[in-house]
Amino acid sequence: MAEITMTQALNLAIDEAMAEDDGVFCLGEDVSAKQGGRVFKVTAGLTEKYGEHRIRATPISETAIVGAAVGAALAGQRPICEIMLMNFVGVCMDQIVNHAAKLRYMSGGQTPCPMVLRTTTGVGVGFGGQHSDMLEAWFAHVAGIHVVTPSNAADARGLMRAAIDANDPVIFIENILCYGLTSEDPGPGYRVPLGKAAVAKEGTDISLITYGRTVLDALEVAGEMEKEGVSVEVVDLRTIAPYDEATVLASVNKTGRALTLHEAVRPFGTGAEIAANIQEKCWDNLKGPVRRIGGTFAAVPFASHLEQAWIPTKSEIVEQIKASVGKD
Amino acid sequence: MAEIDRDKLLDIYTRTMKVNRTDEKFRQLLMQGKVAVMYYCVRGQELVSAAAMAALDDDDYVVCTYRGQGEQTAKGIPMEKWWGECLGKETGTCKGKGGTMHITDPDTGIMVTTGVVGSGLPIANGLAMASQNNGDGKVTLVSFGDGAANIGGFHEAMNMAQLYKLPVVFLCQNNRYGEHTAYADHTDSDNIASRAAGYGMKGVTVDGNNVHEVYPAVQEAVDRARAGEGPTLVEAMCYRMMGHFFGSDFSYMPPEHLEEMQKEDPLPKLRAVMLEHQFTEEELDKIVADIDAQIDAAVEHALAADLPSTDEIYKDVLEETA
Repeated sequence: MAEITMTQALNLAIDEAMAEDDGVFCLGEDVSAKQGGRVFKVTAGLTEKYGEHRIRATPISETAIVGAAVGAALAGQRPICEIMLMNFVGVCMDQIVNHAAKLRYMSGGQTPCPMVLRTTTGVGVGFGGQHSDMLEAWFAHVAGIHVVTPSNAADARGLMRAAIDANDPVIFIENILCYGLTSEDPGPGYRVPLGKAAVAKEGTDISLITYGRTVLDALEVAGEMEKEGVSVEVVDLRTIAPYDEATVLASVNKTGRALTLHEAVRPFGTGAEIAANIQEKCWDNLKGPVRRIGGTFAAVPFASHLEQAWIPTKSEIVEQIKASVGKD
Repeated sequence: MAEIDRDKLLDIYTRTMKVNRTDEKFRQLLMQGKVAVMYYCVRGQELVSAAAMAALDDDDYVVCTYRGQGEQTAKGIPMEKWWGECLGKETGTCKGKGGTMHITDPDTGIMVTTGVVGSGLPIANGLAMASQNNGDGKVTLVSFGDGAANIGGFHEAMNMAQLYKLPVVFLCQNNRYGEHTAYADHTDSDNIASRAAGYGMKGVTVDGNNVHEVYPAVQEAVDRARAGEGPTLVEAMCYRMMGHFFGSDFSYMPPEHLEEMQKEDPLPKLRAVMLEHQFTEEELDKIVADIDAQIDAAVEHALAADLPSTDEIYKDVLEETA
């Protein structure tokens, strides 16, 4: 099987969904052929196949973009809208939180809102404070939406198909540093069900629970720790909310130790929720406190060395694992 | 002055009185203490809603606001379901989970009632975009007040609708107040419709208390949208004859303004038009009496209906919990 990048994986998933269902369409800033198929090329080549009605380049109007996706979804279509960079969701939170997330519930189930909101972000490329944040916790805190992020190209293909299939809004977060990652192509029609985590590496001493780009760091650290005799199990949530509690709890009940890891800032982050849940439900099996790693509680700084100091580092992961398993 | 045929006039009159009698009944129930819920009175705006709904086909889409009783009842939501929802009963359109500010009834095209000022316009674009994509020929009408014209989503939506020539009608019910703030205290331009020019869109301002102005204006906008000629901003000048919501203080409305409102009341004006068109007092009274009887029966039904089961709080969050 051929290798594909995450960009290609997303493009293939959207392409095949559009080929199968006329109701699937894309809208967002710079997405069409005239603009070169979006800044990160995920929709490249699709305008030529499906026309400008189904790959709609929009004005820079985030509220109008998400609102249009909500309306089209209520009418039975399956829009894939794009908010170019995740920080820009600040412009259109009303449409996401008050409308997309709640219209199924407030209508007593009459108006589900099957839409995907794709968005890119990531720390480590020098974009500074308004183009880098991981804001998944904002959405995980709202009932009525799925929050998804892939850590590899194969999952990207499968999660995108599942997100388009879903009959509820899905916030689909793409990490800018992951677009070039390659996987063996899982092939057409491949789906990774929403709400299912993957055990990316099995282990017995501690559960490292993470998602997105930090899965790469987690796997690298787990490999190194193996040499030191510490067996780390890496759980890749894939769906951040509602997350796969069963897989997380089973892993922690097995290892007796847990560490959560995300790029987003630590206070009030998804790691806090997962840690609290583990402590409530795995208390009798826990050998120590659940630990958390997250980004520094500050805006993402510009200068490269500051940015690298801001982000959770591999040495910090090693340190926390050692502290947890009682090694130093 | 455009002529409206008798059948259409009768249709508009019936819808108008349905809106008005529903409003009267709601205020009566609130004053009697029989119900205690948020209600945003539509007294003074009945004709605008009724004429606009009379210009649409049954399966056209509507997006309205918390002050949306007029659109909802005039579009034809069955009264029992409407009252059931307003009273928080399981018989309501949304099983009692939406309430007065979030009435939804896709069967009659009421797709969204938003409680957030200005949020309906971008969603209306999406409904219209779906119709443009799949060619179903439907028109979407979104109703909002003058207060909504100053929020960002209004401008984003107007620009996008015109850019794509979406089959949407923007109906601004300029009732002279954004919540408690008078028009002149929130906007310095003479009217809202002139903003359409800034987006290359057609905009018109009409007297919302005059059926011969408001109905033809909305009908033309609907026809243009359906013909693929794009959106129109129709601004219907009217008065909100009560406070922002039932029971709220409206001492901030000056007495001369209240007098002007009484003079411009759309109901006696519409009645006069009906009489000019050889409808008799008896016919018109009979229409109102029939509506009152329907409303009374619907209210009784809603009052007697069961409350939603408490396990409803967990349902309809996501498809898995449906």
